[in-house]
Amino acid sequence: MAKELLKVTDLKQYFPIKGGMLGRTINNVKAVDGISFTVYEGETVSIVGESGCGKSTTGRAILRLDEPTSGQVEFNGEDLLSLSKRQMRAKRKDLQIIFQDPYASINPRQTVRQVLEEALQIQNVVPKSERDAKIAELMEVVGLGAHQADRFPHEFSGGQRQRIGIARALSVDPKLIIADEAVSALDVSIQAQVINLMKKLQREFGLTYLFISHDLGVVRHISDRVIVMYLGKIVEMGDKKSIFDNPQHPYTKALLSAIPVPDPEPEKKQERIILQGDVPSPIDPPSGCRFHTRCPFATEKCKVDVPELRAEDYMKEGHVGACHYMKEIEEGTHKPNY
Amino acid sequence: MLTFIVRRLLQTIPVIIGVTILTFSLMHLIPGDPAQIMAGESASPEQIELMRERLGLNDPLPIQYFDYLKGIIQGDLGNSIRSGREVSGEIALRLGNTVELAFYSTVLSVFIGLIAGVISAVRRYTFIDTFVMIIALFGLSMPAFWLGLMLIRYVAINSDLFAASGWGTWSQMVLPIITLGTAGAAIIARMTRSSMLEVIDQDYIRTARAKGVKEQVVVYRHALKNALIPVVTVVGLQFGSLLGGAVITESVFAINGIGRLIVDSIRSRDFPIVQGGILVLSVLFVVVNIIVDIAYRYLNKRIDLN
Amino acid sequence: MTKATDTLIEEPILEIRNLQTSFFTDKFEVKAVDGVNFAVPKGKTLGIVGESGSGKSITSLSILRLIQNPGKVKGGEVIFKGENLLDKTEAQMRQIRGNEISMIFQEPMTSLNPVYTVGQQISESFQIHQKMSKKEAMLRSVEMLKLVGIPSPERRVKQYPHELSGGMRQRVMIAMALACDPELLIADEPTTALDVTIQAQILELMKDLQNRLGMSIIMITHDLGVVAETCDYVAVMYMGKVVEYAAVKDLFKHPKHPYTVGLLNSLPRHDIDLEDEELQVIKGSVPSPADMPKGCRFAPRCPFASEICRERLPDLEESEDGNQIRCWIYTDEWDGEPEVNVNGERTS
Repeated sequence: MAKELLKVTDLKQYFPIKGGMLGRTINNVKAVDGISFTVYEGETVSIVGESGCGKSTTGRAILRLDEPTSGQVEFNGEDLLSLSKRQMRAKRKDLQIIFQDPYASINPRQTVRQVLEEALQIQNVVPKSERDAKIAELMEVVGLGAHQADRFPHEFSGGQRQRIGIARALSVDPKLIIADEAVSALDVSIQAQVINLMKKLQREFGLTYLFISHDLGVVRHISDRVIVMYLGKIVEMGDKKSIFDNPQHPYTKALLSAIPVPDPEPEKKQERIILQGDVPSPIDPPSGCRFHTRCPFATEKCKVDVPELRAEDYMKEGHVGACHYMKEIEEGTHKPNY
Repeated sequence: MLTFIVRRLLQTIPVIIGVTILTFSLMHLIPGDPAQIMAGESASPEQIELMRERLGLNDPLPIQYFDYLKGIIQGDLGNSIRSGREVSGEIALRLGNTVELAFYSTVLSVFIGLIAGVISAVRRYTFIDTFVMIIALFGLSMPAFWLGLMLIRYVAINSDLFAASGWGTWSQMVLPIITLGTAGAAIIARMTRSSMLEVIDQDYIRTARAKGVKEQVVVYRHALKNALIPVVTVVGLQFGSLLGGAVITESVFAINGIGRLIVDSIRSRDFPIVQGGILVLSVLFVVVNIIVDIAYRYLNKRIDLN
Repeated sequence: MTKATDTLIEEPILEIRNLQTSFFTDKFEVKAVDGVNFAVPKGKTLGIVGESGSGKSITSLSILRLIQNPGKVKGGEVIFKGENLLDKTEAQMRQIRGNEISMIFQEPMTSLNPVYTVGQQISESFQIHQKMSKKEAMLRSVEMLKLVGIPSPERRVKQYPHELSGGMRQRVMIAMALACDPELLIADEPTTALDVTIQAQILELMKDLQNRLGMSIIMITHDLGVVAETCDYVAVMYMGKVVEYAAVKDLFKHPKHPYTVGLLNSLPRHDIDLEDEELQVIKGSVPSPADMPKGCRFAPRCPFASEICRERLPDLEESEDGNQIRCWIYTDEWDGEPEVNVNGERTS
């Protein structure tokens, strides 16, 4: 068994809503509401879900870009949430993040060299004399020419900018990279290049990825394990094969069936489950199972009892789902009510 | 909406208090002894002491301030040193003229500014656009006192239609309104233009065109209402600054307004009047701002949900 | 001219011939759409796919002549029901927009006017094209909202766009577009900004409405999955030109153009595992329109490109099955490897 690198326990991230005459906190957006998972060294774990499910918030909370409301985030056995601001800054050397829009996260007035130099300087991992060589190396590693280091971000295309973002993340030799929709904004042909690059770097540098994405095609290709989130909770979690080929939670099933297949005559024709309505607001999430308002299998029990993540005996090790009726649905004894 | 208005009104309380503290301290910021100044150059020590007593200057500062505040609430702003009449009366006599001047100037600048801004935006990068914007730049760069004097010199003197001084009749009012409103019109024109240009590139404008809406309707119904939202704020600020800007125009055209009253009183060291005048103008400014905020919110329904 | 072999052109409601749209800057001209040809068969859905910069959205805006300065439709023909739309006056075009040809856009968040209610915005179509009174138009708007599956339409009609979710807003856009029962609906990335479960709802709705109302659809998208599910025919665009036009099944089973093949291969799939650890990629990136390749636009990135590809631009040629392809490999003039297997490496 590989080593636990990141262990998140009961993480909560509430954002207060101010209102009323005096601007008091009148309610909370429960963006992430008590989630726990582990990431092992060298693997790629993806968090998937639709907008508002809390996947990006989770990434930010782990890095303490927003201070989490409660919970524990252990990295290499050390609780990140108990570190001082300063200690945390030093820790960021090991945990890097890549965003969807690399352009927004790079200072447009700095050349690529300055961007990388700054990253190297802050974490002080490479002696000053070797920085130029390191920058040249980083540029080559991400598939850009060393001669391009003195250009400004706007002189690069979207795919190249994402490579710069990756180079910056790599510059400090991190252990874990959180990729927040890192390839979502790219055209398919460019996206494929960046995905291949990320996989190659993982092999070469033994990186661990926490890959946050709404694109399940990319997720299937890149991940070892997958976490499915809905309205701030994990609804299902397991190895890639189980999640994609044997989904247990009705939401995962609906989500997978909703994606259009780029093949007019697919080998295995899947029945499409069309969910009714929109995702409810995370301000006052539904009681019981949060998915019950849109779930075709929901019963009275689902409105009241909060389902915990659990495994049925027929499920593969490590595959868990948070639904009261996984077994009954699997056996066909619990029918959808449409 | 109601909550918003109430909250907005509550928020003005600290502002008004701040204003009163400022006007109150004005008295104490005057170089030298206020009592000495108020009693006059030739006053004897006894007279000064009497004045000091009358003004309450021997009391501790907080007490003095609360007395001042109490006076304001009762509408008592003290008495003019020069005329001895009540300050509130002196101001009330002239407030109408100033507000009228500021109001008509605002109306003029909104009217001219909106039309010029929309034309400029619709014809962007054409000769008309350039022309309108150059005129606007002139309007913005011309100091009011210079424009006022030029209007008197070249319009009022050469024509029987317009008078060079005073306030009340139509012929007296036109030139001061133009003088005061020109800069505002220029600002609003520029603001409307840039706001329109931003809105005209929005997706919903394309949607309207794709629906088969006529171009004029696209501009006036779909674009202008959105473009007005930021303009309203400028109009409000404009009206506020016109109240202050009236000082110069009133002096140039010898209009009996608050602005001129304040200037004259500063010259003659009639501090209670200066104090009262500034207080009234400040409060007016705050009130106008509230009205603007409410209008803004009415136009921009999106922020109503917080 | 229906040929016996011509399965494609059943009876086009819209036919585009050599359409050219450019954007002019002080220094040079960007040919966003550069000689585009395709036909939309009546009652069918044509997909236009391509990556950013391919000119697919500009093509759609050119059809309705909604290109704004500094852009200009330079030439070509847009034949709608036998008449060239490029010859029409602006007033005649307004009669067609939103009435005979409607459009929906990518961003439901910004495509509705924030200061008018949903009802006011749908009503406007009825008022313009059917000269209805305000009251009548509002009643019809409620019906339209019902048609597109919005619950409690009487209440929704009075709401402002910001009070609705993204999916709801796209439904409102569809209601607005379909108000006057158009014969052709142009949907420009209608689901790109939406979550998958909402996308599924919207695509389902569009399919359902097409069956009921019988309109033709042009579906502009970058998502090959959406194409496979919703379209009957596809035009693949690259740098302002159609490189392949085919029936949807042919395109996915037997893609011909190296670009189409490259696109399909670089797409990670959620439904099947790829054999390779690595995704197959198209090398390089789309050149800037300022240095447009001289020959085939795709030549600099094409793994098969030979001398002729770099020198001369191939034509869009029709093959026997009625599909069209713009590639030298399929012509007699091909001077590269005689045995090129363009789609032999497809993994699925």
